[in-house]
Amino acid sequence: MGRIFGHREHLVRVAGLFLAGIVVFVVLQALLIPEGFGRYGHYRAGALDDARVHPVAYAGRAACLECHPDAAEAAKGGGHAGVRCEACHGALGAHAADPTAAKAQKPDAAPLCVRCHQANVARPAGFPQKDRAEHAGDEPCTSCHVAHKPGIPPDVPASVSGGRVGGEEPKTP
Amino acid sequence: MNSDRREFLERATHLLLLTGAAQLAFDAVVRGEPEAAPNYKTTDHWWAMAIDVDKCIGCGNCVRACKQENDVPREPFYFRTWVERYHVPDGDIEHPQVDSPNGGYDGFPEKYRPGDGAKSFFVPKLCNHCAHSPCVQVCPVGATFESPDGVVLVDKSYCLGCRYCVQACPYGCRFIDPRTSTVDKCSLCYHRITRGLTTACCETCPTEARVLGDLKDPKDPIHEFLRTHKVQVLKPQMATGSKAYYNGLDGSVR
Amino acid sequence: MESSILHGVQGYMYPNEMELQWSILIVLYPFITGLVAGAFILASLERVFRVESVKPTYRLALLTALAFLLVAPLPLQLHLGHPERSLEMYLTPHTASAMAMFGFVYLWYLMAVLLLEIWLDYRREIVELARTTTGPLRYVYRLLTLGSNDVSEEALRVDERAGFVVTLIGIPSAFLLHGYVGFIFGSVKANPWWSTPLMPIVFLFSAIVSGIAAVMLLYMAISRLRGLAVDMRCVDTIARYLFYAFIIDFSLESLDLVHRVYEADESFRTLDFMVQTQLYLPHIVVQIVLGTLVPIALLALTQLVNLTERARRGIYATAGVLTLIGIFAMRWNVVIGGQLFSKSFLGYTTYKLEFATREGLLPAVILMILPFVILWALVRLLPPWPDEGKRAPAAG
Repeated sequence: MGRIFGHREHLVRVAGLFLAGIVVFVVLQALLIPEGFGRYGHYRAGALDDARVHPVAYAGRAACLECHPDAAEAAKGGGHAGVRCEACHGALGAHAADPTAAKAQKPDAAPLCVRCHQANVARPAGFPQKDRAEHAGDEPCTSCHVAHKPGIPPDVPASVSGGRVGGEEPKTP
Repeated sequence: MNSDRREFLERATHLLLLTGAAQLAFDAVVRGEPEAAPNYKTTDHWWAMAIDVDKCIGCGNCVRACKQENDVPREPFYFRTWVERYHVPDGDIEHPQVDSPNGGYDGFPEKYRPGDGAKSFFVPKLCNHCAHSPCVQVCPVGATFESPDGVVLVDKSYCLGCRYCVQACPYGCRFIDPRTSTVDKCSLCYHRITRGLTTACCETCPTEARVLGDLKDPKDPIHEFLRTHKVQVLKPQMATGSKAYYNGLDGSVR
Repeated sequence: MESSILHGVQGYMYPNEMELQWSILIVLYPFITGLVAGAFILASLERVFRVESVKPTYRLALLTALAFLLVAPLPLQLHLGHPERSLEMYLTPHTASAMAMFGFVYLWYLMAVLLLEIWLDYRREIVELARTTTGPLRYVYRLLTLGSNDVSEEALRVDERAGFVVTLIGIPSAFLLHGYVGFIFGSVKANPWWSTPLMPIVFLFSAIVSGIAAVMLLYMAISRLRGLAVDMRCVDTIARYLFYAFIIDFSLESLDLVHRVYEADESFRTLDFMVQTQLYLPHIVVQIVLGTLVPIALLALTQLVNLTERARRGIYATAGVLTLIGIFAMRWNVVIGGQLFSKSFLGYTTYKLEFATREGLLPAVILMILPFVILWALVRLLPPWPDEGKRAPAAG
């Protein structure tokens, strides 16, 4: 080598080392880059599938109504008609998949209703809200209100219902 | 047999088959198997979220549902979605009082008196699934990306945990999952929306303050929403291409 | 732990912002790479700009740069959630990400600039040592010769020319190395404390200041330890360059400050409050007064007034130490400061520096000591001053 490159031989050795390094790097890249990387963009294509593999906790209203179409019927025309089942009944994906193995629990009305309907300055003005203590004291909400159709029922006297005729719904925003 | 009966039998058979198929598909959905719901084509969708501040009642259903659906750590500094309460003293939009106790997970205890001259409202927050996302831009390895259907996702098996994306997000929607030491954030319930369900937060919202939208579907109600409301995105000056569209967003919202 | 984080929050922070993401290790990293860039720039003064007087520090500066460069990736590795995946930055680098591209800038600088330059400058001694050393160290030297033993006049001339070219390429490479770190912060539009086009330049000049100060201090300390007189012509020149670099650095930082105060954009009020309260000690007292104004004044004094050698040495040492503390504070204020305020501009959090955890004070201290240990080993292996007839004794 000394004959060909003369006094620059050591530089050629360094250059050779660098070249070898680059080759090793390129080979490593080819071997180690995960499969499917770059197919749709700068990411592993398998990540899209990974994102889709996840158990579902909430079944979705459509699933509930498959077995319980009466609930939709009962809520029709009422203030809660647009409220989906699991908003109050909690996650029921397991129940929908296997109704006998995973039983649904009837939610406890006391903490549930106030979560949405307790009067709060930040809630939109048109939204039905009352201060619980003033409105009903210790009386459970379900004494007067039916959860699926919460408008004041006809058999409640006017003195309690505030003069509203039974069946009339409070305005919802 | 006459044509009415035949029609009826055909219809009934279709219904039975569909129900059966739906049941099978749903079972697969609950088990979490993507192969069993193969009809989803990413190029048919472009996901967005429509949020109506005038409808949000701060009940916290969305926060709780998200944490349950996506197994998010329950501590108060890890949220894929959260709700903020704004209290804007008389006309002073530059100095709102904002709080988000445990992200709104337990609702909002009353703090303010009515009639004090201020306006108050709730603002749900989540990943904005930006079309020109700064978080995707800075990821050194390609562990976070925007899917072909417009959802910004995290590849947890590839993420280094360098936290650059957390710094780059202007909306504060990313966090490090202490259990995996990788980044985590709202995935728009990708495992649900790719199978015809809506996100957990939208499913449990009682007032339709949050509604998932598919901008590529001409029949999706989000088009009507965008057309008939004065809509804004958060921090428009950042030009992130945010796809969380807010109606009723006050100037005080950060 | 949970309640302590919540108690540290004032005002409103987005819930995910309450815990800081980047710790003291990420403060350490720009500090270390800054020392590398600065030390190299000082070395290049001699090589490229032919400033003869700083020749005694030439090799020391290169070895210092190498010692710090080898340690630089360690705080990053300790910080990562998955350090075992760090190779991904080389396998699938995201070209839009400054952090990814930095991996290549680092590799380039290490291999094609620093190691090459050191090798070219030391080749004669390496060949000699390969021949004369006994014991296992002999094999190390033999390896370092890369199999070539040509140290004739022509070969050494070739080395000289090649070294010149490498240093020439090395100067912009050093600028790139640390400017990039500045860009990693400066390009984050979400953070108004970081987002400014001045960031890479400010980082670079503060790096030059810290690197020069570090080499100056090391040279004086090592000379002391070897029982030799300090070459005053050398340190006077270095101190002068330190002074010039400081003037530029201070001007740039003042420009940034004046610009912020004058424009007073949406982030100004919250940042101003932060600087005046939480960052008062590290920013105003340590970085600006002790770390910039005092060293500049001390160095200016030596330029304007005729002082004895002893007085000058004392001033240089004091100024050097204060400078290093100040530049560290500057990194702290950028990294930590940038995370103490909320992006809602409505609140603040606090940084809880732990002691013996993965990202605590103890590993940070160890990582700061490590380069000096490596430097000691390098100085033993490749003595910077063989012409003076004896090897440098242990510097520790």
